[in-house]
Amino acid sequence: MHEMSLVEGMRRVIEDQARAHDFARVKVLRVEIGRFACIEKPALEFAFDVVMRGSVAEGAQLEMIDLAGRAMCYDCVAEVEIAERLSPCPLCGGGRLMPVGGDEMRIKDMEVI
Amino acid sequence: MCTVCGCGTGSVEGHHGHEHHHHHHHHPHDHGHGHGHGDLHFGQGPAGVEVAGMSQARLIEIETDILAKNDRYAAANRARLAELGAFAVNLVSSPGSGKTTLLCRTIEALGAQPLAVIEGDQQTANDADRIRATGAQAVQVNTGKGCHLDGHMVGHAMEHLDIAPASLLFIENVGNLVCPAAFDLGEDCKVAILSVTEGEDKPLKYPDMFTAARLALLNKVDLAPHCDVDLDLYEANLTRVNPGLEVIRVSARTGEGMDRWLGWLQGRLAQKSNRAAAE
Repeated sequence: MHEMSLVEGMRRVIEDQARAHDFARVKVLRVEIGRFACIEKPALEFAFDVVMRGSVAEGAQLEMIDLAGRAMCYDCVAEVEIAERLSPCPLCGGGRLMPVGGDEMRIKDMEVI
Repeated sequence: MCTVCGCGTGSVEGHHGHEHHHHHHHHPHDHGHGHGHGDLHFGQGPAGVEVAGMSQARLIEIETDILAKNDRYAAANRARLAELGAFAVNLVSSPGSGKTTLLCRTIEALGAQPLAVIEGDQQTANDADRIRATGAQAVQVNTGKGCHLDGHMVGHAMEHLDIAPASLLFIENVGNLVCPAAFDLGEDCKVAILSVTEGEDKPLKYPDMFTAARLALLNKVDLAPHCDVDLDLYEANLTRVNPGLEVIRVSARTGEGMDRWLGWLQGRLAQKSNRAAAE
């Protein structure tokens, strides 16, 4: 449900960029989304279509780039890549992992005309 | 104009005719959060801006967090609290975990300790009324359709409160184990409240929230014998999603464990206010 708020944040960033760089329309917007980010992708796509109406990014293509989840293993003290929050450590099999990366929600770049 | 959010300029919040007197927002607010009784109401979209420009396709590197704007509001709130040496907790949980009751008992037990409360709910001022009944100052923020508090809402709410140096600020978030995890409010830490009636696997089902929290209060432990629950399993699941999480078992009703919770709060507050005094 908060995807709507996130996209409103994206719209503000885009509008700031439109003022700074003087462009008419966004063709493609690329966002990086971490494995553990609080984002449901279909909900983000839906919200993007709705919120961007009437803006320079109306009808723009939204490209989502996945970033891996990373965690610190409390057992073998290594930083490892994991697919799910509750995955065991791929090195030692330990179950005590603290996420240290993968919560990114970042606008990477955009193609504009 | 409000220097943090720029509301008053019309550039961010859309059209709203109200006068801003620096950060004393004792004025008729009109940008979607009109309020009576010191309560705030949010729920409006962004302004539309159309800019004509060049016709040549090009790539603009942005590398900006989607939540950058929220994080700026949160940083401003955090700076203000650091100046005051005030310690802020963001209380997060599902609806019905007993946040408000726990908070009322906490306020009563803290006695003369200066504190303030921000209450977040989609609708009604019921919770702020309950807090005010304890004698504490409280402001209600209604999020409308929103599922979480954000840094902007909390910044405005803080302006409606008299936050004393070395005081506690309790921010009771909207009851929701999902969305509030992502929004920094400028708090010192999130405290998750989980009641024993919710099921031992809640931390596994909603790991984001319990990973974001520094302390979990396992509430309503007086009901444990009636609910066939395993309190050790609750704790094991909490520390499985967040190995650094502290857990305190409490009952707001019987007072069990409240001394540990109060001690935790007072310890954190002392650390922060001493640091502010030293600077």
